[in-house]
Amino acid sequence: MPSATLLGQAMISGVLAGGMYGLLALGLSLSWGLLRLVNLSHFALAFLAAYLTYELGTTYHVPPWWAAALVVPAMFAIGMVQHWLFDRFKVNELASLLITFSFAIILEVAIQLYWTADYRRFETHYSTLSIKAGPFFIPVLELVLCMVAGVLAWGTWLWLRRTYVGKALRAAAEDADIAAAYGVDHRKLAYLLSGMGAAYAGIAGCFIALIATLAPAQIWAWLGVVFAVVIIGRLGNPLGALLAGMLIGASESLAMAVFSPAWAPVVSFSVLIAILLWDPEWL
Amino acid sequence: MGQGMGAWRRRRVLAGIVGAGASLASPAILRAAPSGKPVRVGGTLSLTGFLAQTASIHKIAAEIMVEEINARDGFLGRPAEYVLLDDQSKPDVARSLYEKLITVDKVDLIMGPYATAPILAAMGVAQRYGKLIIQSSMGIPKLQTYAMAFPATPFGPEPDKTYPNVILDAMASLPAPPRSIVVLTSKFPSAQFMAQGMRAQAEKRGVKVPLYLEYESGNRDFGAIAARVKEADADFLWVGSLGLESNQILEALRKLDYKPKNSFHLYPAPGPLALSPDGNLVWSSTFLEPDEPFMSRPGMKKIAELYKERATKANLPYPIIDAQAAGMIASWQILEQGVNGAKSLEDKQIAAWLKKSVVTTVYGPTRFDGLYNHGAPAQLIRQVQDKTWKVVWPREFAAPGVKLLSA
Repeated sequence: MPSATLLGQAMISGVLAGGMYGLLALGLSLSWGLLRLVNLSHFALAFLAAYLTYELGTTYHVPPWWAAALVVPAMFAIGMVQHWLFDRFKVNELASLLITFSFAIILEVAIQLYWTADYRRFETHYSTLSIKAGPFFIPVLELVLCMVAGVLAWGTWLWLRRTYVGKALRAAAEDADIAAAYGVDHRKLAYLLSGMGAAYAGIAGCFIALIATLAPAQIWAWLGVVFAVVIIGRLGNPLGALLAGMLIGASESLAMAVFSPAWAPVVSFSVLIAILLWDPEWL
Repeated sequence: MGQGMGAWRRRRVLAGIVGAGASLASPAILRAAPSGKPVRVGGTLSLTGFLAQTASIHKIAAEIMVEEINARDGFLGRPAEYVLLDDQSKPDVARSLYEKLITVDKVDLIMGPYATAPILAAMGVAQRYGKLIIQSSMGIPKLQTYAMAFPATPFGPEPDKTYPNVILDAMASLPAPPRSIVVLTSKFPSAQFMAQGMRAQAEKRGVKVPLYLEYESGNRDFGAIAARVKEADADFLWVGSLGLESNQILEALRKLDYKPKNSFHLYPAPGPLALSPDGNLVWSSTFLEPDEPFMSRPGMKKIAELYKERATKANLPYPIIDAQAAGMIASWQILEQGVNGAKSLEDKQIAAWLKKSVVTTVYGPTRFDGLYNHGAPAQLIRQVQDKTWKVVWPREFAAPGVKLLSA
């Protein structure tokens, strides 16, 4: 039987790992829920941002927070350009799946051509710092990630509910024609939202560069679990995405601590299936 | 009988060394350049997909070897040409591509892909068409049941039994020999195979295994796993890792303020682990390093220099020759000596010649007369010392002045 310390430590690790799931799910959830576009290239954009952060840090010795100041606006611009293409070719929900998949493949190949397929690791002196709290250790970087994810999720949730732009976006997602009749220019707003989604991918990428291993094929490593998080958290719901990420992260981590680490990948989809069967009102 | 066999083997080993040495040492100007229709050797590597980081190493090694072979006499006086396709790290794609190479491209010979699963896929096709196949990275030798499949890397027929004992011998030589060991492994087949062997051999020799854990290949978060390793607090940590997993595990342990007393890592990314602040004095598996006595082997110095030059140019983060590149180099050395020794491009004749001969590769004299066409195992232990990998065990393979250090 695992000790209370082991269970507590696993819970902390899981919740913090879930912060990354939530952060990655944020942009995807907004794009899918409010624009009706399933953007698979979201993961490739996150990894592009991670590689750029790595490059700036290792080659030009730019600290990650300054790298983020450059990379995130660049991602926002890429998101806008991407939406221009969607708009220009009138891409629908199903077609977006195929087109963004192709875009992700192109980005993966481009990353491999420039950075090679070899593993890359952005070593920093703070990557292994931890705070001791009783018998537990809280990794600083993951804690910061979780806090950033929390601020973004909470801020976006408020923005969608309290501001005119946010309400207009939600109205357009419900019924674009009726929203347009009330003067909502949903096409312009869609550019903003698409840019925001890509910028969130950029922020996630900056953390991926500091926490994870970079290899082009890793783009797909997060796909399954983040899709589960987006669905559990409800499409277009930023707070739901973060909470679902933490739920999945904690479940995976506890499965690793109590049973076997090999069980972890089964957990996210088991939770998803259980919740779909339960069919709660909030889903 | 035993003495007669010994003398026969010695003569063959000497003949192999002299022959290979002469062909590598004699100046190119004394030999006519190969001419005529190229001998096309088809093969795949995982140029994309999750195994792609190894393909660039193998590709560079193969290109160097094709140039080296052509700078000598090629294959029977004809130039060698490598027809390389991308199997995308997928066994099913590897299978289709080998089928294409043999039936559509009609290559003369084939060269094996990288990693156990694509090799198994390619081996099935080779068997169907009666082609010889040489591979360098099948970590589970018992799966190589095809008579015309030859291993280039000296794992030996049963590395799950032999190599753990090399590690256990090294552990026993430490000033405070470890009495307990945590075995943590990726579920990647060759790593899992070795981990199971490590657990069995450790228990057989009275070393306790308080924790045996398997994790999925590509696992993202090692926090909970690190917590379990810390709680088990064994004297030794054995990790069946691939790529950067070792770095991730050691970092996750450091976040919990825990450092394993001594640790072994099966197939790590060598550069990042050697340079990591957590990497000092960790152990890993190897077959050679660019050091003595290995650098004295025929042609090794030149190949190591060429590799370093090309790998640096290709922007590889660890441009030093090691067992990965050496496996591909050995594959081509075996093919060259097989073709020229059999004086034929016929697969059956080359295979028959290889079965009864001793071939000299970067791994030294190599035989294929044992179980699953393997010769004697030659898997060694290296250790990070001053951010450089040094072969430390068995002692006779350590460079002068180098010895195994306890953490």
